[in-house]
Amino acid sequence: MGAQLRELRQRIRSVESIKKITRAQELIATSRIARAQQFAEAARPYSQALVRAMEAAAERARLDNPLLEGVEEPRRSAILVVTSDGGFAGAYSANVIRQSEALAGLLREQGQEVVPYVVGKKGVSWFTFRGRELGGQYVGFTGKPSYADARKIADDILDAINTPTEEGGVDEIHIVSTHFRNMVTQEVRARRLFPIMVEDVPEEIHHAEAGAVRSDNGGTGSGAAGNGRPARTDVLPLYEFEPSADEVLDALLPQYAGNLVYTALLDAAASEWAARRRAMKNATDNAGELQESLTRESNSARQAEITQEISEIVGGADALAAAGSE
Amino acid sequence: MAEDLNVEVVAADRKVWSGEASIVIARTPEGEIGIMSGHEPVLGLLVAGSVTVRSTGGEAVVVAVSGGFLSVSENHIAILAEQAELADEIDVAAAQAELAELGEDREGAGRWAQARLDVAASR
Repeated sequence: MGAQLRELRQRIRSVESIKKITRAQELIATSRIARAQQFAEAARPYSQALVRAMEAAAERARLDNPLLEGVEEPRRSAILVVTSDGGFAGAYSANVIRQSEALAGLLREQGQEVVPYVVGKKGVSWFTFRGRELGGQYVGFTGKPSYADARKIADDILDAINTPTEEGGVDEIHIVSTHFRNMVTQEVRARRLFPIMVEDVPEEIHHAEAGAVRSDNGGTGSGAAGNGRPARTDVLPLYEFEPSADEVLDALLPQYAGNLVYTALLDAAASEWAARRRAMKNATDNAGELQESLTRESNSARQAEITQEISEIVGGADALAAAGSE
Repeated sequence: MAEDLNVEVVAADRKVWSGEASIVIARTPEGEIGIMSGHEPVLGLLVAGSVTVRSTGGEAVVVAVSGGFLSVSENHIAILAEQAELADEIDVAAAQAELAELGEDREGAGRWAQARLDVAASR
């Protein structure tokens, strides 16, 4: 066998085994997307009830909490950057990092310092490689975040916002993470978590709860949308607070923060798996194409070899015949 | 007869229990609170400990919660805790191990472990 042919066969074999691996990764990612979505679904009742309670408490409590009321001129902001631990996910982490850099640039233009809090090994190594100071780093769970992970992150950023800016605290908290729209579309989003604008609270609730409702009401308007549903969703009952509205709100806010971080992590996990599935599908397809073209090449090499052998034999026989007739 | 209460016990990452009940007994920082049908709307904090839900079937559902709050409106009760476990689900050995590991430093995590042990002991 010729050297060229042997080399081609070797490459075909290695491409074949790479294809098997990427195909397996693709299948794993597909099943993980479904699981991540189930987790997100399971967390929904809590978010909804929490938001409703927040709304009720915020209406009656004094609102001098740093989580609710921003300062006039924020001087330092935290950005929570949600990337992935593993690679093999296309540009998933790179997109998040790019967006967070854009946001950081914007904040710096406004004269703010920026403290990154980074989730996921990819992000952490990106930031540490560039010698950036990190407010916090969290790794090892991005594919399957638990509430305890979210709690820890929320506690850290709440600590930061509750610390006066002079002592190294922050005034605002932003998050850059990926939102799972559907299996093919995930979008990187940057939003501000805290302080929550008081005017924004009902607005946000509307987005969270009425998203589905509004679509099946077909544009009857949000005022009319309430008629068919229990009054509870629209008109808040006059709650009795135990022990007091202020204390209830103070206790709710950390839970709300934990919930925000948790839902963002779950959303990001589903997106990560979707990005990985797509990357691995492309890799599998490419490996298939490469395998095909290599097989063609090896076939023509084999044929060339045979042709050459035949012409050598014919040439040899001709030479012998010519020698014999002399 | 008064209407039944519609009760939901929700942890941060899942719905722990939901169903119809006749009375719910929970602990707030100011003492125990019992809620029956027709109770006025309440939004109250909970301390780590047990919440007892007596379902319409007559059986008592005991849940350990890590704190959180409860909201009552129009015979709908939502109990929201970052962590909540049904009495049957509690892993006593794990809770004991957690407690031992925490030692004297018994902040939130310690109270949660203790609450689970107490609830498990009463089942």
